[in-house]
Amino acid sequence: MKMSFISYLINGLSLGSVYAIIALGYTMVYGIAKMLNFAHGDVIMIGAYMALIAMSQAGLSPVIAVLIAVVVCTVLGVVIERVAYKPLRNAASSLSVLITAIGVSYLLQNIALLVFGSNAQTFPTVIEWTGITLAGGQISISGVTVVTIAVCLVIMAVLVAFVQKTKPGQAMRAVSEDKGAAQLMGINVNGTIALTFAIGSALAAVAGVLYCSAYPSVTPYTGAMPGIKAFVAAVFGGIGSIPGAFIGGLLLGVIEIFGRVYSSQLADALVFAVLIIVLLVKPTGLLGRKIQEKV
Amino acid sequence: MKKMNGRTISKTTKNNLITYGIVIAAFVIMQTLISTGNVSSLIEGIMVPICIYVIMAVSLNLVVGILGELSLGHAGFMCVGAFSSAFFSKCMRDVITVDGLRFFLAMLIGIAVAAVFGILIGIPVLRLKGDYLAIVTLAFGEIIKNLVNVLFIGKDANGFHFSLKDILDLDMEPDGTVIVNGPQGITGTPQDSTFLIGFIMILISLFVILNLINSRDGRAIMAIRDNRIAAESIGINITKYKLMAFTVSAALAGSAGVLYAHNLSTLTANTNNFGYNQSIMILVFVVLGGMGSIRGSVIAATVLTLLPELLRGMQDYRMLIYAIVLIAMMLFNWAPKAIEWRERHLRFGRKKKEAVE
Repeated sequence: MKMSFISYLINGLSLGSVYAIIALGYTMVYGIAKMLNFAHGDVIMIGAYMALIAMSQAGLSPVIAVLIAVVVCTVLGVVIERVAYKPLRNAASSLSVLITAIGVSYLLQNIALLVFGSNAQTFPTVIEWTGITLAGGQISISGVTVVTIAVCLVIMAVLVAFVQKTKPGQAMRAVSEDKGAAQLMGINVNGTIALTFAIGSALAAVAGVLYCSAYPSVTPYTGAMPGIKAFVAAVFGGIGSIPGAFIGGLLLGVIEIFGRVYSSQLADALVFAVLIIVLLVKPTGLLGRKIQEKV
Repeated sequence: MKKMNGRTISKTTKNNLITYGIVIAAFVIMQTLISTGNVSSLIEGIMVPICIYVIMAVSLNLVVGILGELSLGHAGFMCVGAFSSAFFSKCMRDVITVDGLRFFLAMLIGIAVAAVFGILIGIPVLRLKGDYLAIVTLAFGEIIKNLVNVLFIGKDANGFHFSLKDILDLDMEPDGTVIVNGPQGITGTPQDSTFLIGFIMILISLFVILNLINSRDGRAIMAIRDNRIAAESIGINITKYKLMAFTVSAALAGSAGVLYAHNLSTLTANTNNFGYNQSIMILVFVVLGGMGSIRGSVIAATVLTLLPELLRGMQDYRMLIYAIVLIAMMLFNWAPKAIEWRERHLRFGRKKKEAVE
């Protein structure tokens, strides 16, 4: 009982790490562009397909495949931002950009459906390492789990350092604080927003590969659910906060895995229930800041 | 002042009459074609679905277009209406043998249950706005769908048995029957939905919504949409009116669910009929018809349901085209640059602006 508890916990942390990486993309984009990028989940799916093609059809090594996925998703993210979201940045209705994002999400899913077909494709093994066993073989942790958690920690550390210490990171914080004032200080607002989308999409590609390594099948709808759940994680941790996305992601992953022990259908319901409770009790999330509405 | 007031009222009445007229004319034409045998059974078969989608689109337009909040869980209310009414119909199949009466009661129950869910969900959800409201309604829709999929209800001599696990967990007497069978849903619902009933439900929905929009309450709702803070400052009770719009919308979606449940013999809840995808489909109808335009929703829902059936070869590209059109419509209608371009080059853009001012 105790051992299975620990192994569930580790599985939860692994899934949570993937959510955390996706949630970082959501939270950064939300923080800076004040929009919910519904298509983020589908960028994950595109990333997974790219890595899949690079490995099983072109026969490239996993490292190169991941790099290709990252590059394709980065370009895709920037193009989506430029074509679909940027024209609506100063639109009168905030609903319009949200509906456009839903449209982009649908577009990506249906393009994938036409190109790759609706059948699930098996995702090849990216991480060959079989993992470690603890407590005399009672707990085995797969290589994927270890790598996922490690990658998540590294990304988290690098991202915090980037946002806090570098010039572009400072620009990002400034733009998320006040777009107009940032522009007056000579910051390239459009460039900074594009950079945020690029980073978020690159992370989505990594998350896509990790998610599909843990659950090795890819369909055009693979990205939708983790995408929405990662958004829940971002809200849980406090949207706009990078450590918040990390903590929210991990907690949500653990909650989901423990819910799944009982029933997989109810696990999804549980995740959404968490979202509703968080939004009703503490709408700013665990680490979010309260923003005053100006008249 | 009085004269001008009278003129605007007659204008909206005229507009509403045109909407009713279109629906009635479409019904009469289709009904004549069907009775003279000029319509393929395929087209005849999608008449009830068209009615369902029209009601869904019109009711979602009340929330998205008139109230100005994005609800992504609209299919959830349809699901609630469908399952509660199918449950009732199945239980009462042998008790109430008059089909019309049973269906009428099922309709009332579906609408009432959906409305109750609308209130229950609305009270917490409507404290939020914008993106958060959208994602929470999505969450509620998914929760409803997931719960229905694990719901088991059986009936035996001792009464009803509920379970969220499986049939064995119902712990029934051997003579008991399973009514709601988890992922397999409800089977053997009487197929009472007809084109005529669907048409009547459309008229009722239009009547409810058009009257609401043109009433004092409707103007309050639109004031909230246009400027929440200004509306609040002139004493409009935001929560009350938001809840009103949300509940009416949910109740009408429930009626669409009742039609849906009684159009098929097997009722199951999956992503395509009661999930996120369905909610997005309805949203596409509303956006393409024009947010806030009830007549637009009616036409868009009809055309977009009919079109894929007529153009079978386009099936694969249907959703792709929807997605592109959705993005293009949004960019064209809302991007500041597109508005500027329209005002400079097209006449209707300029006219619209004058009307606003």
